[in-house]
Amino acid sequence: MKVLVPVKRVIDYNVKVRVKADRTGVDLANVKMSMNPFDEIAVEEAVRMKEAGAADEAVAVSLGPQQSQETLRTALAMGADRAIHVVHDGELEPLAVAKMLAGVVGEEAPDLVILGKQAIDDDANQTGQMLSGLLGWSQGTFVSKVDASDGAVRVVREVDGGLETVALRMPAVLTVDLRLNEPRYASLPNIMKARKKEIARKTPADLGVDTTPRLNTLRVEEPPKRQGGLKVGSVAELVDKLHNDAGVI
Amino acid sequence: MQFSLSEEQTLIVETVRRFVEEELAPYEDEVERDNRVRPELIRQVRERAIERGLYAANMPEDLGGGGLDALTVALMEIELGRTSFALQYAVARPSNILRACKGEQVERYLLPTVRGERVECLAMTEPQAGSDLRAMKTRAERDGDRYVINGAKHFVSYADVADYAILFAASGVEDTPRGPRSRITSFLVDKDTPGFDVVMGPESVSHRGFHHCELVFTDCRVHEDRILGEEHKGFDVANAWLGATRLTVAAQCVGRARRALDMAAEWAATRKQFGQAIGKFQGTSFKLADMATGIEAAELLVLRAADREARGEGRDRDFAMAKLYATEMLARVTDDALQIYGGMGLVKDLPIERFWRDARVERIWDGTSEIQRHIISRSVLRPHED
Repeated sequence: MKVLVPVKRVIDYNVKVRVKADRTGVDLANVKMSMNPFDEIAVEEAVRMKEAGAADEAVAVSLGPQQSQETLRTALAMGADRAIHVVHDGELEPLAVAKMLAGVVGEEAPDLVILGKQAIDDDANQTGQMLSGLLGWSQGTFVSKVDASDGAVRVVREVDGGLETVALRMPAVLTVDLRLNEPRYASLPNIMKARKKEIARKTPADLGVDTTPRLNTLRVEEPPKRQGGLKVGSVAELVDKLHNDAGVI
Repeated sequence: MQFSLSEEQTLIVETVRRFVEEELAPYEDEVERDNRVRPELIRQVRERAIERGLYAANMPEDLGGGGLDALTVALMEIELGRTSFALQYAVARPSNILRACKGEQVERYLLPTVRGERVECLAMTEPQAGSDLRAMKTRAERDGDRYVINGAKHFVSYADVADYAILFAASGVEDTPRGPRSRITSFLVDKDTPGFDVVMGPESVSHRGFHHCELVFTDCRVHEDRILGEEHKGFDVANAWLGATRLTVAAQCVGRARRALDMAAEWAATRKQFGQAIGKFQGTSFKLADMATGIEAAELLVLRAADREARGEGRDRDFAMAKLYATEMLARVTDDALQIYGGMGLVKDLPIERFWRDARVERIWDGTSEIQRHIISRSVLRPHED
């Protein structure tokens, strides 16, 4: 079984994000970037499937600028076998990403595509679902457990009311949630091995995809600063404040 | 000039950082409180470091080490410098001098040390021979195919944990144009050798949990096959392999200073006095600016010296400059960090007072600041001398 793992280069989750002065987007200058944490979970799952003998090959794919190669190198150091880099500078929307991934799927013919449920930069939560739609494949979203064998995959989904277990026919697209696993960090020997693993380069044109954005960002703003709290002396005062100041009751 | 890290180096730095955060940092307070690293904890750190391939990362791959070049080792040391010295020491980077092992010594000392089965310590300093090493009084006198060793070493770091010592002893006298000089021989001596005793040294103000010992040799007999390098050529072996260890000290200082700055900056940005964050007051903000600049400057010196070493062009002068500047920078940065914290900087509940205490030894061990200045000034003067 072959697993394809799309990974995205995003602002590191530890960075305090700031909006650019002209409010056209988030300031990316000299900001630490790393692999989307949900994609790390996807890579970890693919590597575990390999280690358990459930998968034979894990291929990482990333769409983005030259530096996305570092993100792919991280996936290779975690245990992916090889990588594909679709080189693209500038904005990419989920639909364009899904179309390019569909193109890569056409070439690679994996049995499973495992990716993060969303990327922590735009929080769109669309790519996996769109990919499944474009391919006409089964999809399992918000997955917290995966059990794949003999052409079928059983997944546990985190839904609002609790956990839902579904059986999917393969090939399938899985988008993974936080509790699926705890991703490893690379060991020194695996970092050394990753150096020798192949990263194939492609362009959106190779995949025949038009990446022109369809959305126009008007303005990006910081969330309003949280106001400090206040102590009340009595229940009566609390009710009064909720009624007259906050206007919620 | 190339100022960016390779993909591989970036990944290695990430891995070491994670290792420090997950495997070492959680035990810092315990080590500080108990003034020791429990033997089980040393074993645990060692095992996890081996799992991650970080153990003996400085040693060549064909010896079973990580095969990192001097520059990448320096990057690793910067990250390890962020945590307790005693703890990070269990992620061993065996002394490069062991690469002078030959014949049976390879199987007996070098390889088991790379594998984490044995631990070495380096015995040079004596009460009357600190910076002036050639004044050492510990004698090795030949008796057939053995040497009889008598004398005492002190400030031997990690001798309480180590299984064997790399010992330097005076093995004779030679006449030189500047008068008679001791000849020095280096030996590998197992700790259980009769006549070799290890006594804990007095407690030090820096690096709690990391101890130094006194080594006492009384008619301790050592076979000649335990000579490291050649007879009477102990300093040649030391000079060939130990120069770059000064970079370890310098790199660790950069890491520790960075942690002190991180904490001081966070405190300055959140602690309010007179109605605003103290970081808004120039008295505090300019300190932070100087701290950050000093750290960057020291890091550049360290990485340049390490880069030269990695390319086989390592120079004593570069090591000395990096060591001198980084250790003195750490003293200023930890002192400023403490000042920014005010009274809270002095309490043991926070690591600031520890960084400040720990900084003190760095200007002393592995060659004092004065010795480093001597090395640097000598290289500055030499081209102009007759």
